[in-house]
Amino acid sequence: MSQESFEPVGEETFARLDPAATAESQERISGEIASIHGVYQESVSDGAGAETQPRVDFAPYRSSLLRHPTKNLHHADPETIELYSPAFGQRDVHPLEADLTIQHNGEPIGERIVVAGRVLDGDGRPVAGQLIEVWQANAAGRYIHKRDQHPAPIDPNFTGVGRALTGPNGEYRFTTIKPAPYPWKNHRNAWRPAHIHFSLFGTDFTQRMITQMYFPGDPLFSLDPIYQSITDQRARDRLVASYDHAVTSHEWATGYSWDIVLTGSNRTWMENEEEEH
Amino acid sequence: MPQTPAMKLVPTPGQTIGPFYGYALPYEGGERLVERTHPGAVRLHGTVYDGNGEPIPDALLEIWQADENGTVPSTAGSLHRDGYTFTGWGRQTVDNVGYFNFTTVNPGPTEEGAAPFIQMVVFARGLLNRLFTRVYLPEDTEALNNDRLLSSLSEHRRSSLIATREEDGSLRFDVRLQGRDETVFLAFPRNGEE
Repeated sequence: MSQESFEPVGEETFARLDPAATAESQERISGEIASIHGVYQESVSDGAGAETQPRVDFAPYRSSLLRHPTKNLHHADPETIELYSPAFGQRDVHPLEADLTIQHNGEPIGERIVVAGRVLDGDGRPVAGQLIEVWQANAAGRYIHKRDQHPAPIDPNFTGVGRALTGPNGEYRFTTIKPAPYPWKNHRNAWRPAHIHFSLFGTDFTQRMITQMYFPGDPLFSLDPIYQSITDQRARDRLVASYDHAVTSHEWATGYSWDIVLTGSNRTWMENEEEEH
Repeated sequence: MPQTPAMKLVPTPGQTIGPFYGYALPYEGGERLVERTHPGAVRLHGTVYDGNGEPIPDALLEIWQADENGTVPSTAGSLHRDGYTFTGWGRQTVDNVGYFNFTTVNPGPTEEGAAPFIQMVVFARGLLNRLFTRVYLPEDTEALNNDRLLSSLSEHRRSSLIATREEDGSLRFDVRLQGRDETVFLAFPRNGEE
């Protein structure tokens, strides 16, 4: 039998997961977020280290209630396979897949943007030749997905899906349309801030991550339990791109910069490998 | 634990995969690391459950493993499989009853005496950050007994990481995100969460 105790989830919690039961107010969700953040800030004032990742146990995001581990992650030393990552190449990804605006016969509706940056590991080493996948809603806040029933228009010229391989210095560049916020069923009148989903690989499979990039100044930030599941303001800021006039191009597209830092590699790096990467 | 030097940069936070990755991440052949007709083909299958024991219909799993000889692949081509090249990596979304079904090979030990395992990463709507785990092959009991990770777990928790070999040679491995029989999920050094 397990040595650890597990507290069963009560009926009341379960009832809250019913999609029809999204009657809770934004005030209640915001109150729960403020309370969790308050406890976190107190612990930091008392000398606890800053958190850098989202909490997986974050009740204001109701779908997380039954989907987070209740036991601590178990520390493991990575073994051989975990110190490497799958390889992707030109056979896997066509360079044109990095332009989300040219995948159909016409121009998609919305504000054309370029999102560019670099993928680095925790030691500042560029992650070269690795796969980045992105997906997003269109300029009306609608995803191409059978489960997205939001009554905003589908754009026949925009699927909202792209891929790229990072360059020799870890650089990437996507051309797309600025996504809009969209409503969801976490609570009543719940809206997600506009975002682009990013999926990333490193040199070690232990660096595998999926995240969301946000746009500066979004008024929905403070209301969103997914963004606020990261309790630390500086950590939250790391998900927000910067408007970058150097990325903006004349009479074509506005530009945003966003660098992504993966966790630290556990491989023993040789000098020549450092140079190659 | 070996020495783990401090990192220069703070890692970017993860976020949930959300529900709408359907046109972005799954791809034709993602779950077939080898063809079903490959002589060493093995089915790795199971169900992903939530804390109430209900199947999760919107999880995405990836596996990464050595080949039958224990060699770590370094070949591209996972996204456009040619039917011949073993790339060691696979991806599948579970179906509407939380079920997944990879076709792969038994990985060999990557070092002499090591217990062979398949690395797995779990993403799901409602799961705010990815979870890593290991799918150990059940046969080499001596190697399993000597395995550092498994030795550090209680008997009950240890069993969540060892796949069951079925009569037809398939590997059965269920993933439980929460609860008494919760799968052991892993934190690695230098992941920025210590």
